[in-house]
Amino acid sequence: MNLKTLILAFGLTALSTYPAMAELKIEITEGKVEPMPIAIPDFAGNGGPEAQAMGRQMAQVIAADLERSGLFRPIDPRAFIQDPASLQQAPKFADWKPLKTEALVTGVVESSPGSLKVSFRLFDVTAEEQMIGLSLNGDSAQWRRIAHKISDAIYSRITGEGGYFDTRIVYVNLAGHGKKTRKRLAIMDYDGENHRYITGGENFVMSPRFSPAAHEVTFMEFEGKKPAVHMLQTQTGQRRPIGHFPGLTFAPRFSPDGKSVIMSLAKNGATTLQKLDLLSGATTPLTSGTMIDTSPCYSPEGDKIVFNSDRGGTQQLYIMDSNGGGAERLSFGKGRYATPVWSPRGDWIAFTRIANGNFYVGVMHPDGTGERMLAQGYIVDSPTWAPNGRVIMYMKQDRGGVPKLYSVDVTGYNEREVPTPGGAEHPAWSPLIP
Amino acid sequence: MRLNTLLMLAATGLVAAACETASDEKANMGSDASKDAVVNALQDNFKATAGDTVFFDFDKSNIRADGMETLKKQAEWFKKHGTLEATIEGHCDVRGTSEYNMALGERRAEAAKRTLLSMGIEASRLNATSMGKEHPLVAGHSEEAHAQNRRALTSIGPKRA
Repeated sequence: MNLKTLILAFGLTALSTYPAMAELKIEITEGKVEPMPIAIPDFAGNGGPEAQAMGRQMAQVIAADLERSGLFRPIDPRAFIQDPASLQQAPKFADWKPLKTEALVTGVVESSPGSLKVSFRLFDVTAEEQMIGLSLNGDSAQWRRIAHKISDAIYSRITGEGGYFDTRIVYVNLAGHGKKTRKRLAIMDYDGENHRYITGGENFVMSPRFSPAAHEVTFMEFEGKKPAVHMLQTQTGQRRPIGHFPGLTFAPRFSPDGKSVIMSLAKNGATTLQKLDLLSGATTPLTSGTMIDTSPCYSPEGDKIVFNSDRGGTQQLYIMDSNGGGAERLSFGKGRYATPVWSPRGDWIAFTRIANGNFYVGVMHPDGTGERMLAQGYIVDSPTWAPNGRVIMYMKQDRGGVPKLYSVDVTGYNEREVPTPGGAEHPAWSPLIP
Repeated sequence: MRLNTLLMLAATGLVAAACETASDEKANMGSDASKDAVVNALQDNFKATAGDTVFFDFDKSNIRADGMETLKKQAEWFKKHGTLEATIEGHCDVRGTSEYNMALGERRAEAAKRTLLSMGIEASRLNATSMGKEHPLVAGHSEEAHAQNRRALTSIGPKRA
């Protein structure tokens, strides 16, 4: 199904609810938090065994989402006391309090051919109050997205932050070894599900990025020995080259309005940043000179660009106006800095730092303060932000190992491997799917 | 036109060995396989006579003394084979970010190209590109392996834009 029908297919209705002044809250800016215990019984299924099975899978996906965030601890369902039939009527809080759970999620799946209606409620067990009551409609084939949307609603209600579960990752998949290595672009759900390849592996590829509406991907591909920037429609697979300048083009990034792509152009031993207007095809140089300027990234408002450059002697981060003027150095620590990525919230810039023979993923504020390292490895590269600006995904490779994807909280806690078939590098996180 | 150049060279016996292999299969001289055989034989000759690879220090693109010796021999070879073209590929070790290494590889290829130009080789015959760190020559993670992978490889054959 294409994106348009998908957008139309999701309906969202508020269920009747009690006015609640719930105190249940997780403060996620304060480093390591004790995960909140949450009970997520199988959703009831109305409409036969298929609906029942769907109810179970929904609860499992929601529990997995919340657990993976590191902020919740789903309780073992074998400890549950209240029977599913009476739970459909109303929660008996006396049955949930002994489990030391703070939150309870209940839901019902109603299935009809091809479509689903899922109603769920989130309860504060201690206060005995309903915190959310929502109903979602959608295509049965998209049931995982419905589950992720429920997870997003729960996460958002309890943390006060936007969710990030109904999202996708585009990345470079590696198959084979040595000279037989194949590199293909692949798209998957943020948790590794619904994995599919979007290029055929004839040529090496690098640096995919979603458009702001997530229906296009720009990336670099080698044509024979020449690297050039391309554009690909994720649904149709239709593609076109956009970086056919005299010279080599790579490191493409969309502007926040999706109307242009900035990229690096290497020519005559110098690498500069260029802006390509996608509608007119006009290009504007953003930087000039004889040094290396690469890995650009717009600020969320589109008024600034952060990039890495060796214009000062070593690779460091610089911020300039988005028209190319007034570059100022941002990073001053030991070693080399690269691949800066502005958080969607604007409050942090993630980067790769190479120092003391190690690779790190770190963050600093856009004014250069608050620098800290979140992850390290033999090689790490390509940090990318979850749309809520709280989680970073990146590539990590052990010495002699295969590159894999990992995620970590901006606090530096909760590092997790993201499952992929084979090796994986160059991840890019989508915005929340509309 | 470029193919004809190669075929003329093949006819002069420069790449006789390769042609023997190719003609074993009574290959049509216009076929891809025999073109490849000719190009491979030229590359082998270039490598044996001049050396096809120039090495670099970590995160550097300046031509070292050993690289300068190689490039002198390469220039002589190009002067002897006055119409042949080549693509110079810049490569990097894995100890850098992928995107920066795309730029660094281009800088290395360009440094080798400029040196050849300064030795009198025509700009129209040489093309510079970057493979970043995507195609290491040597697997492994020793400093020795890294040093082998920081290179500019001159590939004889019709240059690509």
